[in-house]
Parts: sequence; structure tokens; C-alpha cells
Amino acid sequence: MADVRANPMDRRQLLAMIGRATSAAVMYQAMISLGHAAESDFQGPIRLEGDPRGASVVILGAGVAGMTAALELSKAGYKVQVLEYRDRAGGRSWSLRGGDTYTELGGFTQTCGFDNGLYINPGPWRIPYHHRALLHYCKTLGVKLEPFVELNANSFLHSSAAFGGKPQRFRHVMADFNGYVSELLSKAANQGKLDDEVTQEDRETLLAALKNWGALDRNCQYTPARASQMRGYDKDAGGGPDGAPVPSRPISRDDILRSGLWAYLNFPLTYEYAQTLFQPVGGMDMIAQAFAREVGSLIRFNTKVTEIAQSDSGVSVSYVDAQSGGAGGQIKADWCVCTIPLSVLSQVRTNFSGPMQEAIDAVPYAPAIKVGLQFKRRFWEEDEAIYGGISFTDLPIGQISYPSTDYQKSGKGVLLGAYMFGVSAVEFTALAPAERVRRTVEYGSQIHPQVSEEFDNGIAVAWHRVPWTLGCYGMWKEDTRKQHYKNLCAIDGRTVLAGEHCSYVNAWQEGAILAALSAIERLHKRVVSGT
Amino acid sequence: MTRKRQISIALVLAAAGGSGVALADSAGVVGANAFPEKDGQGLYAGICQGCHMPDGKGAVGAGAYPALVKNEKLAVSGYPMDLVIYGQKAMPGFGGFLDDAQVAAVVNYIRTHFGNEYKDAVSAEDVKAARQPGYRYFTLD
Repeated sequence: MADVRANPMDRRQLLAMIGRATSAAVMYQAMISLGHAAESDFQGPIRLEGDPRGASVVILGAGVAGMTAALELSKAGYKVQVLEYRDRAGGRSWSLRGGDTYTELGGFTQTCGFDNGLYINPGPWRIPYHHRALLHYCKTLGVKLEPFVELNANSFLHSSAAFGGKPQRFRHVMADFNGYVSELLSKAANQGKLDDEVTQEDRETLLAALKNWGALDRNCQYTPARASQMRGYDKDAGGGPDGAPVPSRPISRDDILRSGLWAYLNFPLTYEYAQTLFQPVGGMDMIAQAFAREVGSLIRFNTKVTEIAQSDSGVSVSYVDAQSGGAGGQIKADWCVCTIPLSVLSQVRTNFSGPMQEAIDAVPYAPAIKVGLQFKRRFWEEDEAIYGGISFTDLPIGQISYPSTDYQKSGKGVLLGAYMFGVSAVEFTALAPAERVRRTVEYGSQIHPQVSEEFDNGIAVAWHRVPWTLGCYGMWKEDTRKQHYKNLCAIDGRTVLAGEHCSYVNAWQEGAILAALSAIERLHKRVVSGT
Repeated sequence: MTRKRQISIALVLAAAGGSGVALADSAGVVGANAFPEKDGQGLYAGICQGCHMPDGKGAVGAGAYPALVKNEKLAVSGYPMDLVIYGQKAMPGFGGFLDDAQVAAVVNYIRTHFGNEYKDAVSAEDVKAARQPGYRYFTLD
């Protein structure tokens, strides 16, 4: 069989075969194990053909899903209005810059103190190369992209329980793990222990491959001279009479294995996260701004939806002013595309069908924390030669990510000081913002001592306290997916839902766009066919 | 998905090298599948107040977090027990991350604070009885 990854049609056929033979839940599991759960099935720009004959649509939410729907439906001839809770477009796709104030639920206000030109993306922050729908809109809307560095061989891997808490360079752990595993396997092969597994000829090939992959010496051992080609040197090569490099000694095999740091090695090689990834130049909200240039005139801001009432002939959406709760009104339209996150939608009064409402009510929202920290200088570049990329740690902060832009620029710099999920994210959500920043600095200084010295200011976003989302993204599990997902995505009367929650690419902008395209494609078919 | 992978990575680390330093005021290591607090007040401060707020008054944005202050829905102890274990709508359930004693502690705390005075405390055994056998809890990611 041809490589199923090479041809999208073969892959879908394979998955469809699995799907026919088993339940949808098993198919989903198969998709995950095949590494497909977070990819995109975008096949090219949407074509909505046929005349909607002046049909009107009210779109709820001016995030990436809502604006995709607004753009394509208005191009197709629909009369479009968009209602948005915030005072701006973009939803979760958002950037914070110096001078921005942000008030979270509970009334805790932060003012971002970043220098001009510096920013943090508290929501989405990178775009994989296979997120082709989003990349399509970036191209057509003129959003300039630059590479986002995911894998930096010089970043740190850290465990508080390994090496006395001293962070290790990614390249050391990677080279030494690969070297020792190759050495062990070569030893087994040379001792005839694999003779039941491989032919004589294949054994020779395997040994050659391991020598190459693991940077082994001519005796199939992982020793400094060759290892240094992978892991780096104690003294780098230089010029002049003392220019010869000095090889470095690998970390001991036992220490490498017991540290557990090898667990981080293939993360930046997974399909979901492998390079090349991108970020918009100047901040993720460049995407929102680009969409807003096209459809901004259709958006009614500061509008909080309170009811969605549909009948045989149309939809009536009631709203109030998002700030005051007063000055209400109603928008009527033939159809509704609702992209409100389920965390909010589950509180909106609706007359959706039972299965639809049960689906809306079945999706809890995940906690997440992002903390942006400004430093007086880009110490990670100046002192550590780390340019972009991510260091990983088992401390609650989870990771530190260095900016993939403005390399070697003088002056202050901003990095991502924490990106947290799960238990740690819940606990940090419960703290006051200043305390989140303080602890992030404290943890960060265990990886980079310069953090305490060079810290300038910070801003912390806890997604359960974001007033327009009440959570970071919708969480599915196997049984809820099986029971509710298709109902959630189905057109219900005159309304269809869209958003990352209506996708298998959860928590990515790609999921939001693909959900929107699917929703409007199906809606348009119904409109044009008159059903 | 970054979250699931990050948590599975850290669980491996915890198995490999022993779990990380248990800092007294820490939020626990990445990938921890349990909350460290044991008493009701600590659990409320560490978990619940993120949404229901330190004063128990909840919050209102595009949607709302209900106030726990003088909340009559707390009168029947089974209701807050169910919510803490299983969640409801957008609220995640914490049953996969709290043991029976912790659930009892936080339920009892909420029902005796914030102007609530429900004296029929729940026990760890009550929580155990409220858990459905074989139920697959949500993770928090």
C-alpha cells in the first residue's frame, strides 16, 4: 500500500475503511495513533456556488471562525451581520502590547508594560505548515509571516529532580540518548542477539545505520571525538594557533536514562509540531486585523447575546450591551452561524433541539495560563546563544519560549515565561495576576539565573478568567465525542455552529476555520436547494 | 496536542526520576494528576476561587460564574458533590484529580462559608458512593 501520508485521498480511504468497520470512536483513536487527529483536511478555497437570493445571516462571534464565515458568505451574496461581545475582532486570537490594559473576570486589571514593538500572544502563537486553511487566509489577506522556531538544539531541558536541577542543553540530551541507544543496539547486533530478527546482510546495514545515526566510532561506541559532532564541544573551533576544538564528554548513560529528559526529545518532531511553523510578523492579532479590514463594517461590537430563538422562517437573536447590560435589542435573520464558545453558549437561552442543546452542555473548558515577561536585555541570546525556540521543564511553568523575531536587537526583550495546563493552570488561575507573574519569575530563575536580575515587568493571562471565553478551549473525551459531536455540528433548524469546538483540531485557529467552512458549505447547500 | 503530550511527558518524568520538588506554595509539577491541598479552605483557594472568586461572588462576562454566596442550590449536599466530581456544562469535573476526602472537604467548606450554613457535612464515604463505577473522568486538558 502506498504511504498513506503521501496522498490525502489514500489516507481518507484508509480512515473511511476503519470507520466503516468500527465505531466513530475507534476511528478517532485510529486517527490519533496515525498522527492525524490534529492535521488539517483543507482541500482549497471554498466555492459557494448558486445564488442565495438575498438570504440574510446573523453570525455570532467575530473570532476567526465568525470572520471566516462572514467573509465567505458575504462574497457569496448573503446579507451578513456579525455580533461580537468584545470591542474588537479576533476572539481568542489576540496580542498584548505596551499600554494595553486587560481586566480579567473578578476585576483584576493589568496594564502591559512592554516596550514599543514588543508583544505577547496569550492565545494561539504558532501556525504549523499543514494548517493550510489558515495559511490560505494569511496569503489572501496579506498577513506577513515569519518562521516560529519550535526546535532549538541549544535550548534547555530541565527537571528539578535530575542533575541537581541543572538544566541540560537539548543537543546534549538528544545526542547522548541517540548515541547510547545506538551503541546498545549495535552491541546486541554484534553479539548475535538479533540474529533471529535480521538477516546477516540487514545486520550489516543496521550497524552502519546505527553508527551514522548515533555518531558512533569505528568500534560502534559512543565516544567524545565523534559524539562532539552531534552534541558540541567543550571548546569550539577557533582561529589562530589555539584554534583546535576540544571534544566534550557525553553525559553518562545511566544519568541520561534516569533523568527522563529524553521524554522531551520527539515533541518538536511530532507531525503537529514539526518545523516549519510560522507566526505573523508583529503579533498573532495581525490575522484578526486582516479579517477585520474585510468584514469589520459588518460587526456590531460590545454586544452580548442573551437569546437565540429560531422559528420555521428565521432566527431572532436578542442582545444587550456587553458593558452595561442595558440598551438591548434584537437582530432577525433567515439563518444563524453561531461561533460562541460553548462555555458561554451553554448559558444563552435557546430553543435548539434536545440533542443540540445536550451537545452544547457536554463540553467543559480547559484551563490554561500564559505569562509574558519583559527583560532589560535579551539575556538568552547574549549569554546563552539561544535564538528562538523553547526550553522545557517539569516546574509548573512548563516551558519558556524565546521570541522568534528581532534577533540581536538592542534593548529590552519579551519572552513567554510560562505556558501551563492542567493542575498547575488551575492553581495559577486562582492567584492574583501579580502573584502569577512573581511565581513565574521565581520558577524561571531556576532555569535562567538571569531572570531575577533582568526582570522588568510581566503580564499573566488565565483563560478561565478571560471575560469573552470563560476557558481556553473545549475538552472532548471518547464517549462525549461519540455521543455529541455530530449533533453539535449538525444544522439545527436555522442555526449551525462553528468554532474550534466543532472540529478535531481543537484549540487551533485551523480548527475554527475548518469548522466555519464546513458549516457554511452545508448551510449554503440547504439555502440554495431551498430545503 | 501540546497539552496532552506535555502532561504525558511529565508523567513519564515523574515515573523515571521521582516526582518533582513539592514546593509548599507551589501549584505542583507539570503533569501532576492531583491537587496537593487537603483542607477545604486550601482547596477552595487553590482551585475554586479561580472562577468563583476569593469572595465567592462569582463573575459575569460573556457568560457567568455563579456566586456561591448564600446559594440555595447548595442545600442538598449531593448537588455540589456531583458538580465537583463530574462538573456541569462548561465547568470541568475534578473527580479525576481529587480523592474522596478532598471532595468532601471542599464541599463542606463551601456549604459552611460565604453565608451558607448547611450543617449536614458529607464524608469521604459519601463521596465514594457518589462516584459511578467505571466512569471515565475528564482530564484537565
